[in-house]
Amino acid sequence: MCGIAGLIWKGGASSDIGTEMTQMLQALKHRGPDSTGFALYGKGEEGVRVLRFKVAEQEEMKTGFDIHKKAVERKEAVDARLLEMGAEITEKEDATEYAFRYHFKFDGDMTRLIDYIEDIDGVEILSVGKALELIKDLGDAAVVSDQYGLKGFQGTHAIGHTRMATESDVDIRSAHPYWAYPFNDVSVVHNGQLTNYWTNRRDLERRGHRFMSNCDSELIAVYIADRIDQGDELEDAMTRSIDKLDGVFTYLVATGTQLGMAKDVMGAKPMVLYESDEFVGLASEEVAIRSIFPREIDTWDPYQGEVKVWAA
Amino acid sequence: MGSVTTSHEMGLHEEQLAGRTQQMFFSATEEENYTYPWSYEVDIEKSAEFDAAEMEISEINLKIRELMKSGHGTITVNNPRAKHSLGVGILNRLNLNFNGSLGYFGCGLIDGANIRISGRVGWSCAENMMAGTVVIEKNAGSLFGAAIRGGDLVCKGQAGARVGIDQKGGTIIVGGSVGAFTGFMMQRGRMIILGDAGDNLGDSMYDGTIYVAGKIASLGVDCVETEMTDLDRKYLQGKLDLYGMAAPNGIDNMVKLTSGKQLWNYDNLEPTEKKLVL
Repeated sequence: MCGIAGLIWKGGASSDIGTEMTQMLQALKHRGPDSTGFALYGKGEEGVRVLRFKVAEQEEMKTGFDIHKKAVERKEAVDARLLEMGAEITEKEDATEYAFRYHFKFDGDMTRLIDYIEDIDGVEILSVGKALELIKDLGDAAVVSDQYGLKGFQGTHAIGHTRMATESDVDIRSAHPYWAYPFNDVSVVHNGQLTNYWTNRRDLERRGHRFMSNCDSELIAVYIADRIDQGDELEDAMTRSIDKLDGVFTYLVATGTQLGMAKDVMGAKPMVLYESDEFVGLASEEVAIRSIFPREIDTWDPYQGEVKVWAA
Repeated sequence: MGSVTTSHEMGLHEEQLAGRTQQMFFSATEEENYTYPWSYEVDIEKSAEFDAAEMEISEINLKIRELMKSGHGTITVNNPRAKHSLGVGILNRLNLNFNGSLGYFGCGLIDGANIRISGRVGWSCAENMMAGTVVIEKNAGSLFGAAIRGGDLVCKGQAGARVGIDQKGGTIIVGGSVGAFTGFMMQRGRMIILGDAGDNLGDSMYDGTIYVAGKIASLGVDCVETEMTDLDRKYLQGKLDLYGMAAPNGIDNMVKLTSGKQLWNYDNLEPTEKKLVL
């Protein structure tokens, strides 16, 4: 099943998207309680990048023997490599023992820096961006939101996901949203199954793209990244994906300034859309949108094969 | 008995559908009792109203049941807030009004209730409905009226994909457009679409009739256009008038679609099987 949700405040208006997305995802909890993920887009500071990374899986932390020691070592290695590459860490935050949030300044080759950090065994970058903060962990929306202190997060748009694992493991690595490596601020959530995953994955891997998990949804993020790399606009990349990807899917993509949705040609997975002059809300079920708008609203379902993009 | 005469006057009982039928007709005057043992005797004049904003799904459905038990025949539910599975399994006459929107699986498995919804409905509304009416003022999700067997299901807005999939009877009316695979494997009954239809309309339909007023993206396998008869026009006029709807370019410009019956191979044996028989 899986539940996905997205929201965008038009005209750059800022709101407490942390609380709003938590409510939306909590309303979709019954569609999949395995893990929950948020991609929140804040205002960001000029010249400052936000880095979210993890050094271990939650499961490992519970059952492993020397993982606590390793986690500390891995984090120290990340710090060292950031300094070595000439990045200046301005702020550090640790919500958990295994996931961290850094603010840093850097004006060199970003892809090189990302690759160098991920080269450390066990370290995975969840997101890098000026505005994007990607948080994902096991548990329902309320649990993850509390754990990482997301309530009160001010921003313009967000996407989120509650997962029922069907195609791969229940761990943070296979949880959504996926960050479209190496592009700053691009993230994807997906509801469905892709049937031509391996063909596309091998094709993209040959061209040097990185896959961190065996989750089919990661393909969408990598595919979008590949198209953007080749000069496509977000909307073109998404339109192209409808032919390129086989299977059933409804997915949402967010960039630093945009929010987009795409539906497969069969219209097999649900999506409810609410659009007003100042706000656009999307979710697998209307109850999610109603969790932030209790009043009566007019919603509709986009049709099969439809692609829509909104700007913040 | 007024309605029975009207339907006879409209010629609904004269039309002979080709092919074998399993549909059984019975007279409403017969002695036999066609109600369910667990249906309620209600008085349509006795009405009740409640607010469902803070109630759980099962609480709302139980409340409706309780009210029916105490003889209420007109029930209004305020603020359903797009919750799933509301108003399901009602097996007796009842005037049920929802002031707001329903989520998925609303009004499923009903037999005889008259339901009005002022908002929209999600996926699989009125699934397997046997009789009665469901009128929705706004949009509907996919799988609208899946496998319905009777009654009138009306959506005044647009509906999603696979409307009336596996329809086995009754009438589905959509005021706006419908998505892909509408009328997929339809077996009986009628569907009236006043907007456009998506790809593969009436794919693999066995029987039944689809009327479309707007553009058709593409027809599915074995769905063919046939000639409209006066009986069709009379029927469409009657049904649309009943719900205060109208074909945008007039009934004369609507298209009638039925099964081409090219896939009707039920009695034909496969070549290998023939050998066995012979």
